[in-house]
Amino acid sequence: MKKQITACGDWILDRMAMDKVWNQHMAQYYAPKNFNFWYFFGSLALLVLVNQIVTGIFLTMNYKPDAKLAFDSVEYIMRDVPWGWLIRYMHSTGASAFFLVVYLHMFRGIMYGSFKKPRELIWIFGMLIFFALMAEAFTGYLLPWGQMSYWGAQVIISLFSAIPVIGDDLSLWIRGDFVIADATLNRFFAFHVIAVPLVILLLVFLHIVALHEVGSNNPDGIEIKENKDENGIPLDGIPFHPYYSVKDIVGVGVFLFFFAAVIFYAPDMGGYFLEHDNFVPADPLKTPEHIAPVWYFTPYYAILRAVPDKFAGVIAMGAAVFVLFLLPWLDRSPVKSIRYRGGIYKKALFLFVISFLALGYLGTQPATDTAILMTRIFTVIYFAFFLLMPIYTRWEKVKPVPKRLTEQPSLEDHIPAMIDTFNEMTVRKPIKTAEGDTVVKLRPNPSGMVTVLIRFLKKLKASLD
Amino acid sequence: MKKILSIILLLLSFNIFASAGTELQEADVNVLDSDSLLRGAKHYVDYCLGCHSAKHIRYKRIAMDLGVEESKILDNIAPFEAGIYDPMLTAMNGHDAAKWFGTQPPDLSLIARSRGADWLYSYLKGFYTDDSRAIGTNNLIFEDVGMPNVLWKLQGIQKAVYKTINGREVIDKLVMETQGTLSPKEFDRFANDLTNFLVYVGEPTQLERQSMGKYVLFFLLMFIVLGYLLKREYWKDIH
Repeated sequence: MKKQITACGDWILDRMAMDKVWNQHMAQYYAPKNFNFWYFFGSLALLVLVNQIVTGIFLTMNYKPDAKLAFDSVEYIMRDVPWGWLIRYMHSTGASAFFLVVYLHMFRGIMYGSFKKPRELIWIFGMLIFFALMAEAFTGYLLPWGQMSYWGAQVIISLFSAIPVIGDDLSLWIRGDFVIADATLNRFFAFHVIAVPLVILLLVFLHIVALHEVGSNNPDGIEIKENKDENGIPLDGIPFHPYYSVKDIVGVGVFLFFFAAVIFYAPDMGGYFLEHDNFVPADPLKTPEHIAPVWYFTPYYAILRAVPDKFAGVIAMGAAVFVLFLLPWLDRSPVKSIRYRGGIYKKALFLFVISFLALGYLGTQPATDTAILMTRIFTVIYFAFFLLMPIYTRWEKVKPVPKRLTEQPSLEDHIPAMIDTFNEMTVRKPIKTAEGDTVVKLRPNPSGMVTVLIRFLKKLKASLD
Repeated sequence: MKKILSIILLLLSFNIFASAGTELQEADVNVLDSDSLLRGAKHYVDYCLGCHSAKHIRYKRIAMDLGVEESKILDNIAPFEAGIYDPMLTAMNGHDAAKWFGTQPPDLSLIARSRGADWLYSYLKGFYTDDSRAIGTNNLIFEDVGMPNVLWKLQGIQKAVYKTINGREVIDKLVMETQGTLSPKEFDRFANDLTNFLVYVGEPTQLERQSMGKYVLFFLLMFIVLGYLLKREYWKDIH
């Protein structure tokens, strides 16, 4: 029997060399051995993608892409379909998790220079995935057919009408009607469940093929292929499988822990993952007081609002995404990793992160005068980070880059220090209960917190030099 | 530095101004309190269902979730001749309702998810007499709402007390003019039970979801520990 199974397996392998594919991409794909925390997010993005596809398939089995039925069919899934609520929350939380993971994944790339030569193509494919993901999220958000679905789509599609000459016809063509209507819902459903996912899958495939051709970057930004042993194996490389496959399992566990915590205890995340107004069925005659997109679009929405002219705002919003594509050519530094870069890049990146977060926050807020002023300031910082990059990276004073990977404390090495910090910030105080007993309870220690904060700020300042 | 920080904080505080309005009263929501939910269900059928459906919940589901016999739900709570599989539908004709109130009274299945518990609680307690309106009442939380105060017999009649801020008359507080059949404390409980019920109706699975969550998290914690031990074992020889 065993012989027959082997023969059967060989028959397949003779015709399709799956073992070679496995070796090339897993068992004999050599990755740098110093991946840190930031390197979990690539595999996590893949996990979330699979989650979205699987839960999405189950959702389509009960969802009805019809303006009259859509809203109620979602509630039907939430209440009457067995486990429907879990599938739906996994999908809705997964959408937010996807963006969170992808933003962190992109930030990793910017920090360690993973977009720089020879990995420009990986970055381009990644950016195309990001772009497709935005299209996927946008079309998907219309499907529940709530007020925010409807008016969010109305606002975004009307942006196309700002384009001179063809604008009105273009937005009409996209909607298939003069307002968002059943026709729009149907085509968005088609885009969301088949067209865009196919594009994303293809791009993810290309992203990984391109990555495995040149090999992974690492926190030191050193090419491990420049130091090989007599067998041609990088000295600082370890096979992806089993080393990183088991390591990523830990990352998957930790991610799923937080993911499940949201699904089971705060699925609408205080209105950030599922907006309150989206629990009201779409009503073309009632415009909500305050239309805000979901959190992952708010930085770009804020940029759109920062520009007084509608068409210029659309251009600015598009440019804010497009400028990321140019990153490999904007950065002129000879060094990849932030570890060996000059202080000016670190400070610029720090400001960029602050402005991105601030824009994200401001995008959720009503457009008051102060909010608009702040948004404009942060928009300028956002673009300055990219557009001034050719200047400030060319002359930055870089530190010498070592030839081989460096030893850095790993996450688990930090745990004792974290426990010490926690102890420093808390005190054990005897507290009298109502029954008159004395119990020792953990209470925050203000003076300890101040010292920890000061130490953190000093460390932050030092790390920016 | 301090000056800059305080300016930044001041600039960021537009958020507070934007949401400045009437402060909401805090509802005491506990969806695990099935007695409160049953009282709320009864109140809903007695006082709300005449106009507002809650079409996404069935009487059967209420019986199941609250652990009450179906016959009890039918006898004590559901309207006359309703079946156990029926959703909570209103008998009011939508077209008529639109003529009477200016707009069709909305379905309240998801009102707690869109408005929030505190809003509902404050809304139920926020009616006051306003002679300028055709229905004779207005609401502190939802200005010029089309709904009359259907709970006036229980609550009594509230009157608004005004104060002047920057030359504009604004409502300072509501005071009871004539006491209803319930004492203020009893009415608070009434409004709270009703709010609690609507929070439950907004997402009946929340009972299941929260009780299940801890097992999932415990499993994942074990998964992380095992995964970490496996990782450490494999990585022993990597230096």
